[in-house]
Amino acid sequence: MIKSAEDLKRLREEAKALTGIRAGQGVEIILGMGTCGIAAGAREVMSAVLEELSKREMSDVRVTQTGCIGMCEKEVLVDIVRPGEKRITYGRVKPADIARIITSHVINGQIVEDLVVAKLD
Amino acid sequence: MQLFRAHVLVCGGTGCVSSGSKKIQEALIDELAKQNIDKEIKVVETGCHGFCEMGPIVIVYPEGTFYCRVEVKDIPELVAEHLVKGRIVQRLLFKAPVTEEQVPSYKQIAFYAKQQRVALRNCGHIDPENVQEYIGRDGYEGLAKVLTSMTPLQVIEDMKKAGLRGRGGGGFSTGMKWQFASQSPGPKKYIICNADEGDPGAFMDRSVLEGDPHSVLEGMLIAAYAIGADDGYLYVRAEYPLAIKRLKVAIAQAEELGLLGDNIMGSNFSCRLHIKEGAGAFVCGEETALMASIEGSRGTPNPRPPFPAVKGLWGKPSNINNVETYANVPVIYLHGADEFAKVGTERSKGTKVFALTGKLRNTGLAEVPMGISLREIIFDIGGGIMDDKKFKAVQIGGPSGGCIPEQLLDTPVDYDSLTALGAMMGSGGLVVMDETSCMVDVAKFFLNFTQKESCGKCIPCREGTKRMLEILQKICDGNGTPEDVTTLETLGAVIKNTALCGLGQTAPNPVLATLRYFRDEFEAHIYEKKCPAGVCTALLEYKIVADNCKGCGACARVCPADAITGEKKEAHTIDTSKCIKCGSCIEKCKFNAIVKG
Repeated sequence: MIKSAEDLKRLREEAKALTGIRAGQGVEIILGMGTCGIAAGAREVMSAVLEELSKREMSDVRVTQTGCIGMCEKEVLVDIVRPGEKRITYGRVKPADIARIITSHVINGQIVEDLVVAKLD
Repeated sequence: MQLFRAHVLVCGGTGCVSSGSKKIQEALIDELAKQNIDKEIKVVETGCHGFCEMGPIVIVYPEGTFYCRVEVKDIPELVAEHLVKGRIVQRLLFKAPVTEEQVPSYKQIAFYAKQQRVALRNCGHIDPENVQEYIGRDGYEGLAKVLTSMTPLQVIEDMKKAGLRGRGGGGFSTGMKWQFASQSPGPKKYIICNADEGDPGAFMDRSVLEGDPHSVLEGMLIAAYAIGADDGYLYVRAEYPLAIKRLKVAIAQAEELGLLGDNIMGSNFSCRLHIKEGAGAFVCGEETALMASIEGSRGTPNPRPPFPAVKGLWGKPSNINNVETYANVPVIYLHGADEFAKVGTERSKGTKVFALTGKLRNTGLAEVPMGISLREIIFDIGGGIMDDKKFKAVQIGGPSGGCIPEQLLDTPVDYDSLTALGAMMGSGGLVVMDETSCMVDVAKFFLNFTQKESCGKCIPCREGTKRMLEILQKICDGNGTPEDVTTLETLGAVIKNTALCGLGQTAPNPVLATLRYFRDEFEAHIYEKKCPAGVCTALLEYKIVADNCKGCGACARVCPADAITGEKKEAHTIDTSKCIKCGSCIEKCKFNAIVKG
C-alpha cells in the first residue's frame, strides 16, 4: 500500500533494481568466455559473480561476456570498468577471488594488485 | 533478490504478436532452460517499440542490442551465441538502408535517432503488466508531487503554462479544458478518457494502452484532482482486447497499491476508474456521442454548447481527454511545465506520436517534436518510399484530414500550419502514397468510411455524404461531368458548415483537399475518362502488345471471362467488352506483353 510520497519513493528504489540493467550506466564486469576461458573455469567464476552481486543486491552492475583476447595463459580473465576509470584486467581469477574483487574494486575503487595482469586506457 | 545478468525484451505489441512474437517468447524460455541459464536471464514481454516494420523485435540488455525480424528458428543460435558466449548475432541486427551497415544499438538506428519519446517513454522498455517497473521509471511520482505540494488551481496553471493541446485531433488547450470543468459547480464530476481511436490505420493510443497503461491512469488521476472529480471512465473500443486486458490489470494493481480508491497516497483525494467497452462505432469517438454511449443510450452526438465541462456525463461537469494527452500529463508535473514547453513550436508544445503507414519503408510508430518537417518524418524516419517509387502525397488526419503534396513537404508539423493547408494534425495517422495511388480513389475510400459511420441523426451528414460518395463513384466509373466538381465543392462547403458533429463537419475534407492539390487527376477522370495512376478499374483497358506476344496462350487459359482469343504462336487479342479487368492475364504473362492503361 502506498500511503505517502515516501512509500512511493521506497518502492521506486526497490523497483529500480528490477530494470536497472536496462539503464546502461554503472560498473561493468566483463568475463572472458572464449573457449580458453571456459576451459579454465569461466562459467564457475560467472556464477560466483552473480551470486556475490545478488547477495549484495547490486543491481546496477552490468555483467557481460567477451571472447578470447589472446592472453589464454592467464584465463580466467575478468575485466572491471568503473565509469570514468581505467579498464583493469584481472587474470587467473578463481571463484574464491570474486568477493575480494567486488568489495575492493567494484565497490571501493581499490585495485586488487596481486591479481592484476593489465591496465587498459 | 534474484539477480539476472541479462534481460531479453521481446516485443508483445499487436504488430509483433501477429508476426509470431509469442512463439518466439516460448522458444526462448525453452532454450534458456535447455542451456541451463534460465536462472540468470530474465525474459520480459514489453509493449510496442514502434518499429513494427522490423518486427518481431528482441532487445538484449545490458548491451541494448536490437535484433529485428527474429524467427523461432533463430532462437537456438541467439541463445547459444549471444547469451551463452557473448557474441552478437550479426545477421539479425538492423541493417541501415542503402549502406547496409549493421547497427547494433537501437539508439543509433535512424528510425529512432530523430524521435523524442515522451508519451511512448516506457513503451518497449517495461513489462506493462508489472506496476513495479512503471514505478521504477518514476511512475506516479508526478501524482505524488501534485498531491503533496500543489493545489488544484496550481495544477491547472501549470498545465496552461506547459501548453499541452489535445492529442486526439481537436488540439484544444488542455489547461483551458480543465479550467472550465474545475469552475463548474460540483460536487459530482467525471474524468473520462477517450480511447476509441477510430481513425483507420491509427494505432498510437493502442500502443500506449498496451505498452504503458499506468501512464494514462496517472494522467487521469492528476486531471481528476485538478477538476475535482472522484469518478471516471476509460472508453476503449472493443476491437482492442489486449489494451482492455492490460488496463484491467493496471487498474487492479493500482487499486491494490492504494493509488486508486479512497485517500490516495494519504491525501484527501479519492478517485475510482472504470472501463467501458465500445461497440464498433466510429462516431462514438466524438465526445458527446461517447458520453451518450456510456450512459447506455445510442451513440449519437448532441449539440454543443453545453460543453462536457459544463454539462457532461449524466449531466455532470466532465473532462474528456485523449489517451496520448493523458500519457503526456505525468511528465509535465514530474519535470515541470517550463521543461515541457521547451520542446515544440510557439503554439504547439511538446511532441506528437505518428502512425506511419502506407508506401513507406519503415512503417510503425514514431514520436517527434512538434515543428519537425513532414519531409523529415517521411524520409528520415520513415525511410522514404518503398521500392524507390516516387512520393505523391501524404494523408494526415485520417478521414477528417487532407493530403499534402510534394511541394509542401517542408511544412513544419504543428496544429496551425497544417490546418492552414486544408489538412489537420488529427490523431496522428499518416498514410503515405506513391505514384501508384489514385487520389480520386483515396478520397473515395475515406468518404466511404465516414459515410458508413455516419450515425444518421443530422441531414447534412446523412444525406450529404451519401450524395458526395455517389458523385465520386460516378467519376471513378467514367461517368463524371464537369458539373460534378462544382457540386462536390458546394456540397462539401454546406456539409462542413451545417453538420451536427465533427464527423460530418470534417467528412468532406479529404475530397476538398484532393480537389485543391490534385485537380488534374479529377479532370483526367472526367474529361479523358482515364485514371493516370492505373487504379480505377472501370477506366482501365487491358491490351496485348502484339510485338511482345509469343502466342503461348497462357493468358487465355487463366482468363475467367474467356475474353482472350488467338492462334497458337500468333499474337493474341483481348475483347475489351468481355474483359472484367481482374489482372490475371498480366500476372501470368512471362513476356511482358500485356499492359493496362
